[in-house]
Amino acid sequence: MMTQGIPLYYFLIISTLMFFIGVFGFLTRRNLITMLMSIELVLNSVNINFVAFNSYLVPHRMQGQFFSLIVIAVAAAEAAVAIAIIINIYRNFRSIETDKVNEMKY
Amino acid sequence: MTNYSYTLLIPLIPLTIFLLTGLSGHRFKPIYSGLAGTMGLTMAAFLSYITAIRYFFIDGPVNGMYPQIKAISTVWLRFTDTLHIDMGILIDPISVMMLVVVTTVSLMAHIYSLGYMKGERGFARFYSFLSLFSFSMLGLVLATNIFQMYIFWELVGVSSFLLIGFYYEKPSAVAASKKAFIVTRFADLGFLIGILMLSFTTDTFDFISLTSSTGPAIASSAGTAFMGLSVISWALILIFIGGAGKSAMFPLHIWLPDAMEGPTPVSALIHAATMVVAGVYLVARLFPAYALTAPDALHVVAWVGGFSSLFAAVIALTQIDIKRVLAFSTMSQIGYMMMALGVSGYGDHEGLGYMASMFHLFTHAMFKALLFLGAGSIIHAVHSNNMTDMGGLRKYLPITHITFLIACLTIAGIPPLSGFWSKDEILAAALHHNPVLFAIGFGVAGLTAFYMFRLYYNIFWGHDRHYHHTPHESPLVMTIPLMFLALAAIFSGFLPFSHMVTSDLKPFEAHTDLAVAIPSVLIALAGIGVATVMYRKPNTLPDRLASSIKVLYTASLRKFWIDEIYQFVTKKILFAGVSRPIAWFDRHVIDATMNLVGWVVVTTSSKIKGFQSGQVQQYAAVFISSVILLVLVFVYLFSN
Repeated sequence: MMTQGIPLYYFLIISTLMFFIGVFGFLTRRNLITMLMSIELVLNSVNINFVAFNSYLVPHRMQGQFFSLIVIAVAAAEAAVAIAIIINIYRNFRSIETDKVNEMKY
Repeated sequence: MTNYSYTLLIPLIPLTIFLLTGLSGHRFKPIYSGLAGTMGLTMAAFLSYITAIRYFFIDGPVNGMYPQIKAISTVWLRFTDTLHIDMGILIDPISVMMLVVVTTVSLMAHIYSLGYMKGERGFARFYSFLSLFSFSMLGLVLATNIFQMYIFWELVGVSSFLLIGFYYEKPSAVAASKKAFIVTRFADLGFLIGILMLSFTTDTFDFISLTSSTGPAIASSAGTAFMGLSVISWALILIFIGGAGKSAMFPLHIWLPDAMEGPTPVSALIHAATMVVAGVYLVARLFPAYALTAPDALHVVAWVGGFSSLFAAVIALTQIDIKRVLAFSTMSQIGYMMMALGVSGYGDHEGLGYMASMFHLFTHAMFKALLFLGAGSIIHAVHSNNMTDMGGLRKYLPITHITFLIACLTIAGIPPLSGFWSKDEILAAALHHNPVLFAIGFGVAGLTAFYMFRLYYNIFWGHDRHYHHTPHESPLVMTIPLMFLALAAIFSGFLPFSHMVTSDLKPFEAHTDLAVAIPSVLIALAGIGVATVMYRKPNTLPDRLASSIKVLYTASLRKFWIDEIYQFVTKKILFAGVSRPIAWFDRHVIDATMNLVGWVVVTTSSKIKGFQSGQVQQYAAVFISSVILLVLVFVYLFSN
């Protein structure tokens, strides 16, 4: 396999980094599109974990890879929904900054 | 044995009419509701007469004893195998007699109201309530067990409430209907407790087994004692309190005079002839249990009845409102019936009082309905209830005058009218049992004759008053019931009651006791004579007499201040002493606790509501940091 020479923890380090970059972006960015992109980062870090664990633990099976395929499909659907919502928000507020969209409060 | 299951129709027809006219009466002309009600009652009355004729004359006693037949009986509510509430129809002498009384008087009131209530608002409503009342009363009469009776008892109370408050725009009518309902409900509490105690000790609700001389009521009479009386005695006294409330016995009589706010046919039907005798009927229904197990309870019945009859007769002497005079006379006559039950023994001639009571119930229903309907006819003509607005009416209302005179003679006990026969039996039974009660009954007979003829002379004799228009006789639809009831009042005394309605269901021979009959007729004549002297021609004698015994006169006029005493007890003692502290507790403890809970919630939430900022990223930060915190906690917990 191509990954034979690379140790597992390399994958884990990269996915952890991607995860927290995603979380950081999600919490700090005010732009909804950027927040959506951060979520994609989080999802993809998870995908890397699935695939890496799959090929190191049970190389003759494919569950991890298929799971990451499902995650990709869900992410695509989620992006479609999220962008539709964002467009509607833009129409209503003339902005996609989260701190301007704060009517759902006490 | 004859099949009596068709008697189910007798209460069901009025129920159907009530539902029909009550639900859809407003869609048709009001007169159709009236006609429907009258037709239904005619059918019910017809069936009742057939039943009575079959029961008393065609079938007659079996082995010298009238059978108690359960025409219909279904289990309605089962508690245990032995204790269950049934719904059914009981045919025995008193229920058949009551069927005749209730349907006859009700039919007369229905026909009469076609004229009396003509053009009133709510004509259809009136008729549907009348049908409801007839249904409830017939159900009460036919009940096979004490609980079924209680259910219909309350229904009767409701329909009475509805009919007293018929003129609901009048505040006095509303107050009267509430008063009647509350007072009788209060008494019914005693009834309910009595039922529970009775069924607890005897394990049955059924009238037949409660009253059979070998039944459980009799067997358990030697049970535990409380304050010197057995449980059965207490239960029967409590049941009697319920009966006393419905029958307006002292001191629960205060609702009856006020109930005269209802339309006059209602007064005739409910507050004279049928509903108020429900209490008498209740005691009569359980009479063997009273007589055989609880003579003490029977003494209570006798003394309450005797006292009430005297008390009401004294009040009736001075009342001005003609319907109130009749109301107090009703109370007095029902006191008579109660007294007769109280002095009665069980079996054969000992049971003379029982027979006399039922006899008087029957005759009283006829002549008192006649009096009330006559009074209604007078009120219809004069548009006033006060006898001070009346006088010299005999020229204008000939039929009403004659029938009213017949009724007055009947209630005074002049032979050979029916009142004489039944009153004579009551007095004979009282003399046999207790001379003091006999003396009371004897005195009341004189008072009754006096106040009835005071009423009669004040209405029909004396000067003409200034009438707004010349009073005219009522239409035929109102006078026909008067004439019918007058005939019943004259002739019902000849019914051989001692062969029909007796305490142990066995016929016996009753004779007119001349030693009682002659004095009672004499005192009645004396009462009439005094009334004639005082009221036939206008003179100053009544006023002079009133001022010479001013205290007594005022006491009687103000009804011995019983209403004021009730007001004092409820307002000053109950409201101030009990209700106010309870209200304070409710407001300052119970409500305050609830308010505290609410206050805590409101304050806390206003303090922490800032958390819900509407900033999505703030939520996410809280969420993620909490997750991280939880992960750390779990790692710490499970790593060692």
